[in-house]
Amino acid sequence: MISEKAVVIEKEQLAEGIYGVWLKTAAAAEARPGQFVMLNTGSEAHLLGRPISICDIDREGGSLRLVWRVAGYGTGEMSRLESGDGIDIIGPLGNGFDISVAKGAENIAVMGGGIGAPPLLGLVRALHEGGAENVDVYLGYRSAAAGLFLAGEFKEFAAVHIATDDGSEGTHGTVIDALRSGGKQPELIYACGPMPMLKGIKQYAEERLIPAYISLEERMACGVGACLGCVVKTRFKDGHSQVENARICTEGPIFAAKDVDI
Amino acid sequence: MNTAVEICGVKFKNPVMNASGTFGSGMEYSELVDLNRLGAIVTKGVAKVPWEGNPTPRVAETSSGMLNAIGLQNPGIDVFIERDLEFLKNYDTNVIVNVCGHSVEEYVEAVERLADCGNVSMLEINVSCPNVHEGGIAFGTDPRALEEITKAVKKAARQPVIMKLSPNVTSIAEMAKAAEAAGADAVSLINTITGMKIDIYKRSFLLANRTGGLSGPAIKPVAVRMVYEAAHAVKIPVIGMGGIATAEDAIEFIMAGASAVAVGMMNFHDPRTMLKLIEGIERFMEEQGIDDLSEITGIL
Ligand SMILES: Cc1cc2nc3c(=O)[nH]c(=O)nc-3n(C[C@H](O)[C@H](O)[C@H](O)COP(=O)(O)OP(=O)(O)OC[C@H]3O[C@@H](n4cnc5c(N)ncnc54)[C@H](O)[C@@H]3O)c2cc1C
Ligand SMILES: Cc1cc2nc3c(=O)[nH]c(=O)nc-3n(C[C@H](O)[C@H](O)[C@H](O)COP(=O)(O)O)c2cc1C
Ligand code: FES
Repeated sequence: MISEKAVVIEKEQLAEGIYGVWLKTAAAAEARPGQFVMLNTGSEAHLLGRPISICDIDREGGSLRLVWRVAGYGTGEMSRLESGDGIDIIGPLGNGFDISVAKGAENIAVMGGGIGAPPLLGLVRALHEGGAENVDVYLGYRSAAAGLFLAGEFKEFAAVHIATDDGSEGTHGTVIDALRSGGKQPELIYACGPMPMLKGIKQYAEERLIPAYISLEERMACGVGACLGCVVKTRFKDGHSQVENARICTEGPIFAAKDVDI
Repeated sequence: MNTAVEICGVKFKNPVMNASGTFGSGMEYSELVDLNRLGAIVTKGVAKVPWEGNPTPRVAETSSGMLNAIGLQNPGIDVFIERDLEFLKNYDTNVIVNVCGHSVEEYVEAVERLADCGNVSMLEINVSCPNVHEGGIAFGTDPRALEEITKAVKKAARQPVIMKLSPNVTSIAEMAKAAEAAGADAVSLINTITGMKIDIYKRSFLLANRTGGLSGPAIKPVAVRMVYEAAHAVKIPVIGMGGIATAEDAIEFIMAGASAVAVGMMNFHDPRTMLKLIEGIERFMEEQGIDDLSEITGIL
């Protein structure tokens, strides 16, 4: 974990309100897919860092790719970053995806809803590099017109299935609808996206006894496990907290779906 | 030039420490901050048994500050002693243990468990906890309740006792005097100021708990005023906090009467805040020709 000023190497707009950067940062040295960073724009009114997932890692180049949707002040300021600009970063944070569980699994489903897609790109690359075959990626978007950001990049590593809310591309409905319509039952699920989607996947996976790993979000102040702001209810007593509560920023953000009460 | 201070017989290499609850037990920030450089580490409030805390969302950003309603989640005193205090033995700094409870008995039991812990320099008693025997009213808002708990804790404690005062009172001077009269060795202030934030689009509260404690630079002028009033009301040392972000802020508190200062929310903004404070205080002393902090402590 490091805290420093990262430098924007490259900035891109992927769709309306969706931006990405490659940041030069020492945090890249140890980063794993599914981990996140805290970015701070240095405003005196907006003091807290913004948690953003690591989308992709260039270990040799010492850089991290981040992709976000403009949701308010901080992400809005971040969208105005240009190459050469500095931004305060703390990271890498959290546990990241457990890729070892993918060994030997045939049919792996990777499911991303909207702005949940970015952290899955690094995961799918890592699965691909680890030799995992039969990875199916299910990506949900609002509409084709609003932009199917990153979908093309996923295709380099896996079969991609699109679902849109309005049916303008792929399955009309959610990523779960797309998974069902494919007829293939996965042996392992990785997912990131909005809460209703994660709840749906948790239920789908529990009914079929499929292990599912989901990435959770909560309001964060520190990002490093100190403030206890970001907890999720757990099914068992958590070792750190000694209650049925785990810190999303530290024990997470990736949890086995069966272990959390969402 | 000497930045060292002594409070209740405990020597601090400098007057800078973290505010309880914003730095975990030090462990969480130990990869980013050299804990040996701090005057003290103040641990997150700990109780006799584990507490679950409040539902989420527990934190919300506000203008130059934040609200929190963590609800004093903690792992209980036994795990705290085995894990957190054990970890802190690796560092050359004072350890101040912040204690919370739902009743006088609960505070006393936690304080008794700490009596034999060699690396605990001081205790800080958080009296902004709801008293279950008094309908959930915080101990720290009634001078008689504050006196009662101070006396009970003092009787059980082996380490010097700092009573941490709540700002949610009409007269902070009266509360500081009550703590002093009941035997407190020092007071620290301010804890967070009760606030609320509403999401107008969702027509609901930002925090699941509805209300939360406001901290950060937004509260600094209130905190400076209260430290000043408390320092003038009592003879025991005062530890000042509330919105400290820079060395200049820290010196304001010192001039208002604080013997030491604590950084809370700003640790989240920049983990190096305390280190910057230590360096900035040294620079200020050099520039101003101050040899010892006592020359400016409480000069107003
Ligand atoms: C572990 C984690 C990873 C994330 N990864 C990404 C990502 O890769 N791309 C992306 O676009 N978004 C991601 N988010 C959501 C992102 O953090 C929020 O959209 C962002 O904090 C909003 O900040 P703002 O200043 O623009 O909005 P404001 O509404 O102005 O923010 C106010 C406060 O609320 C917090 N907040 C608001 N929305 C959220 C949210 N959904 N989750 C957590 N805190 C929130 C902010 O951090 C800030 O403290 C992630 C969240 C978490 C917890
Ligand atoms: C997330 C958070 C948790 C806190 N937890 C505690 C606590 O456990 N015990 C306590 O006495 N004060 C606690 N406080 C209050 C701080 O120690 C401090 O008094 C207050 O935040 C004002 O300082 P600041 O403005 O620098 O943050 C907490 C504050 C925050 C922001
Ligand atoms: S954000 Fe502070 S503990 Fe997770």
